[in-house]
Amino acid sequence: MWARAGRRVLRAPRGGCRGFASPAGSPGKAGGGGVSAGREAGRAALETGRIAREVVEHLERLALVDFGGPEAVARLERAVAFADRLRAVDTDGVQPLESVLEDRCLYLRSDNVVEGNCAEELLQNSHRVVEEYFVAPPGNISLPKLDEQEPFSQS
Amino acid sequence: MLGRTLREVSAALKQGQITPTELCLKCLSLIKKTKFLNAYITVSEEVALKQAEESEKRYKKGYVPPYNATVVQKLLDQGALLMGKTNLDEFAMGSGSTDGIFGPVKNPWSYSKQYREKRKQKPHGENEETNWLITGGSSGGSAAAVSAFTCFAALGSDTGGSTRNPAAHCGVVGLKPSYGLVSRHGLIPLVNSMDVPGILTRCVDDAATVLGVLAGHDCKDSTTVQDPVKSFILPSLTDVSKLCIGIPKEYLVPELSSEVQSLWSKAAKLFESEGAKVIEVSLPHTSYSIVCYHVLCTSEVASNMARFDGLEYGHRCDINVSTEAMYAATRREGFNDVVRGRILSGNFFLLKENYENYFIKAQKVRRLIANDFVNVFNSGVDVLLTPTTLSEAVPYMEFIKEDNRTRSAQGDIFTQAVNMAGLPAVSVPMALSNQGLPIGLQFIGRAFCDQQLLTVAKWFEKQVQFPVIQLQEIMGDCSSVFENDLASVSLKQ
Repeated sequence: MWARAGRRVLRAPRGGCRGFASPAGSPGKAGGGGVSAGREAGRAALETGRIAREVVEHLERLALVDFGGPEAVARLERAVAFADRLRAVDTDGVQPLESVLEDRCLYLRSDNVVEGNCAEELLQNSHRVVEEYFVAPPGNISLPKLDEQEPFSQS
Repeated sequence: MLGRTLREVSAALKQGQITPTELCLKCLSLIKKTKFLNAYITVSEEVALKQAEESEKRYKKGYVPPYNATVVQKLLDQGALLMGKTNLDEFAMGSGSTDGIFGPVKNPWSYSKQYREKRKQKPHGENEETNWLITGGSSGGSAAAVSAFTCFAALGSDTGGSTRNPAAHCGVVGLKPSYGLVSRHGLIPLVNSMDVPGILTRCVDDAATVLGVLAGHDCKDSTTVQDPVKSFILPSLTDVSKLCIGIPKEYLVPELSSEVQSLWSKAAKLFESEGAKVIEVSLPHTSYSIVCYHVLCTSEVASNMARFDGLEYGHRCDINVSTEAMYAATRREGFNDVVRGRILSGNFFLLKENYENYFIKAQKVRRLIANDFVNVFNSGVDVLLTPTTLSEAVPYMEFIKEDNRTRSAQGDIFTQAVNMAGLPAVSVPMALSNQGLPIGLQFIGRAFCDQQLLTVAKWFEKQVQFPVIQLQEIMGDCSSVFENDLASVSLKQ
């Protein structure tokens, strides 16, 4: 499952990134590699209300949190259906609101070190520490494949 | 053990091979046996054992924050005594305080004379003990602590109503200050653009007092405004004839219980009869508010929860194959279903193909909602009056029949729009329901007009004279605390 997602992540750039630069509604620059399975499935979900398996796996990979079962997928479907109610609101010409304090300046404070030097205290909260280092397992290793099947269906 | 090096014994302590107290006792014992060497002129046995005890707490599995939140520090600096940490829904996600790892919180009113007397009149087969009521949430522990007289004030958080909701259910005052007034440094972020620390007290004056301590710019939180903080000493309003109270008509929803509705009407009439102008107003986007909140909240949560990977703090799984495997397993174990569900929903809304249609769309709707409030306040309204909750507190067994998202949507319905607009709001207990349970009403003020809001709330509180909870039966010999002393303190202004 993870390996499948891993492969798709590698493929996504080839598939054509719409990216944030293109205006909403414009067709994606879908190149020869085809649109990534996730995106198609994601759009399909919006129509049928069912979340495709690829999307489920993609989400698990992004969030590093697993669904744990079909009930959780059903829960997500209900959450999405709930969110779909927003479509009824006319937001033409309305700017997104990021912060209620948008009319104010975000200030900076002066770049002086006034506190710190608390490595000892911070290290205490970690389960695995060696001297002054937090210890992590090795990176760049994809999770072992849980399925037997080869997941890949391009197109 | 005593022959080891400093590094070795340090590692042994960390791995739990020996506890600080055990080690300390070994050293002390050996000091006694070697007294003939005359090496020590003083043996500070008590101090050492006390320090060992403190050290043990630090070695305990739970996370011990290495710093105090600004709001906590401010209170401590004013001489407040910290009684403890209170229970809540996990990561403040919920409206019942039922989904935390330490178990659900029970509403003190479940044990009140007022509630029990009403229940005796009804035939019931269930065991009293199992039919206790929820506190509401997510800051239910704080509300219960204040309601049960165990402390004089408590802090909560309010992102969608988490302070006001349990305040209403527990018969206490729950204040959500204006966004930007109180520092969020040290408040675990849920939705950075909506979170505020909440204040729970037994009366409005106390809430104002605490706010006076907490409000103000904090250089550690760049979302706190730099305006000079106005005083929070509340005048005792006697004349409300210059006041304009707005009643948002869209808040009259079918799900609203008839009791709450009737109290809401009664409150409006009260203001009117005392000379205030009471008008119906419109917040047209109200019905979309909870949906908008749901999208924005889950999206921000997906981002904010990403920091919990088990590496620097918190629970960590024993998997060592790879970082991803460790993160995934740690997060599976460390988060409950509710939190995981929200993270996954949020990630869905943030997917490239969904970002515009869900997240950006919700941000646009948020502006419309915030503008609704601006328009109403610009039309001359000083304060809005709404219900805080749909009904009184329900029994736990009933509450858990629906899932967290459904319950949150119901619990937050009157409260979350306020967070999206960043406005101050306060829930004030008004009266008891037919079942003897508290019902509170919500006042919403203009941004940074917290003092005015609380002034109106204080006037209202004085008018309604909400009854003191009667917990003598279960308090045993503490009952003397409640009789004459409390009566004279709480009613005297």
